[in-house]
Amino acid sequence: MADRPYLDVTGLSRHFDISDPFLARVVSGGRKRVLTAVDDVSFSIAKGQTYALVGESGSGKSTIARMIVGLERPDSGRILIDGQTAFDEAGGQAQDNRLRQKLQMVFQSPYSSLNPRWRVGDILMEPIKAFGLIRERGAQRRRVDELLEQVGLSSPDAARFPHEFSGGQRQRISIARALASNPQFIVCDEPTSALDVSVQAQVLNLLKQLQRDLQLTYLFISHDMAVVRVMAHRIGVLKDGRLVEENAAGDLIESPQDPYTRMLMESTPRFAGGLR
Amino acid sequence: MTTPLLDVRDLSVEFPLRRQRLQALDGISFSLEAGEVLGFVGESGAGKSLTGAAIMGLLEPPGRITAGTIALQGRRIEDDAASVRGGEIGMIFQDPLTSLNPLRTVGDQLVETIQLHLGPSGEAAEARAIELLEEVGIDPERRSAFPHEFSGGMRQRIVIALALAPEPKLIIADEPTTALDVSIQAQVLALLRRLCKERGAAVILITHDMGVIAETTDRVAVLYAGRLVEEGPTADVIAAPRHPYTAGLMASTPNLDAVSVDTVLPQIPGSMPGLTALPSGCRFHPRCGDAMAECPRIAPEFADGVACHKFSAVGSMKGKGASNGG
Repeated sequence: MADRPYLDVTGLSRHFDISDPFLARVVSGGRKRVLTAVDDVSFSIAKGQTYALVGESGSGKSTIARMIVGLERPDSGRILIDGQTAFDEAGGQAQDNRLRQKLQMVFQSPYSSLNPRWRVGDILMEPIKAFGLIRERGAQRRRVDELLEQVGLSSPDAARFPHEFSGGQRQRISIARALASNPQFIVCDEPTSALDVSVQAQVLNLLKQLQRDLQLTYLFISHDMAVVRVMAHRIGVLKDGRLVEENAAGDLIESPQDPYTRMLMESTPRFAGGLR
Repeated sequence: MTTPLLDVRDLSVEFPLRRQRLQALDGISFSLEAGEVLGFVGESGAGKSLTGAAIMGLLEPPGRITAGTIALQGRRIEDDAASVRGGEIGMIFQDPLTSLNPLRTVGDQLVETIQLHLGPSGEAAEARAIELLEEVGIDPERRSAFPHEFSGGMRQRIVIALALAPEPKLIIADEPTTALDVSIQAQVLALLRRLCKERGAAVILITHDMGVIAETTDRVAVLYAGRLVEEGPTADVIAAPRHPYTAGLMASTPNLDAVSVDTVLPQIPGSMPGLTALPSGCRFHPRCGDAMAECPRIAPEFADGVACHKFSAVGSMKGKGASNGG
């Protein structure tokens, strides 16, 4: 209704130049070639809800995630976060620390997204210091302990290094780091694809519990329709950079309209289906 | 009784270190009939890939088989896997690019494999290569193309053609579709299953995905921390899993049919133990919601398709005396 969406993305596009290098082009007489990774994508997310972008490799889902957090520059379109312009064609990318602090990202691989030479405590402390959230050292440490407990770890873990943890625990550390700046919005890019299923369930449940406790808004990127079914309030299906279908999660799963959505769902392995 | 195609008895694999020996597989037994698709399922560290590697004789040193037998049609192969590898036993790995020679056309690689194992003339081998490509759904016109010119799904089809070329009796496929998109995964699995059924070749399919097991295999073996915990016809295990790990694995897998955003996924606490810190007794007991007094003390025997005290004599007696029966 009158409620303003938390994230509002309009007409987002991104092209990549995939032509040969200039000299090679001159020699071979080749032309410039452009790959449209994201093509006029619009969607919005209500506060406190999860929107899932689902698609196969090359569908542009990660490019959209990276543009929203500002790691990639859109070619056109507009991104509004909590009513504030994060990007528009005229003004370019906003360079506002208060906006940065509100949004965080959890990456796919907990092995490559944590600095192996830093203790967990330092990893969690960095956003707190960088955004100047807490000045006093004792209070900073108490905040680190609180963050560790929020994600199911304990305060002695702050003194350990990332390699001392299992994959699932490392992803908990990544989530704690994302929470450290008191964000309102977290972009989760395939956060459980590198994890075992029993551990995946733990991490998905943790994300859902944190959403309830902290009123977080999520953009959840995944290739897995079944994972998206558990996580999302709304689902957008991406194919070759375009949104082919978008709906409330239950409606989309129960009555998919686009043939591509139907194909994705039929390809998802199920227990009940039996042998093909 | 007829001899099974593959019979593995009490297979144990160890990695000797300076101070200790890590037991990576502990007494794995199973058998496989011609034309049967057996799935090995478990999470990382369960020992499923290691079981495949042990059968193929591809254990990374210092890993070695310390006990048990592997028999292919009654012939012991545990000391001489090289004689059957790539011929009687075909292999398919997760990443098709590393299985293919990047410098040679796919046609050449097929012809070479056919001639090496079956020894026909160049022309006959060429004709056979074309047939195989057609069967896996690759345009034979493209046989002069190099592996990098194909998509991931097509490369895995080519690997399947290569594995089938020597007319193997058994194919071991280790996570063959993990690197592929779901839509391609479904096609590749259906293709593998159909081609093996047509030829009467057996398949061992190694995967972490219970959904893939449910849709592709005839029988399933569930591994946990180097031990077989449950084994049986896939339909029975899926319909009524008995071991708490199997049940937990299935319950924690997100399922399109049964859940919504308001559901809390059932989860197994903790994670798979490392080889240096294997729990005593039943290795699953620290994570098990049904653990009883004997579980940390006595490893349950594998009997009647499951290794769990809930179903053994010890369990049914509720721990009256420490019986070793199982």
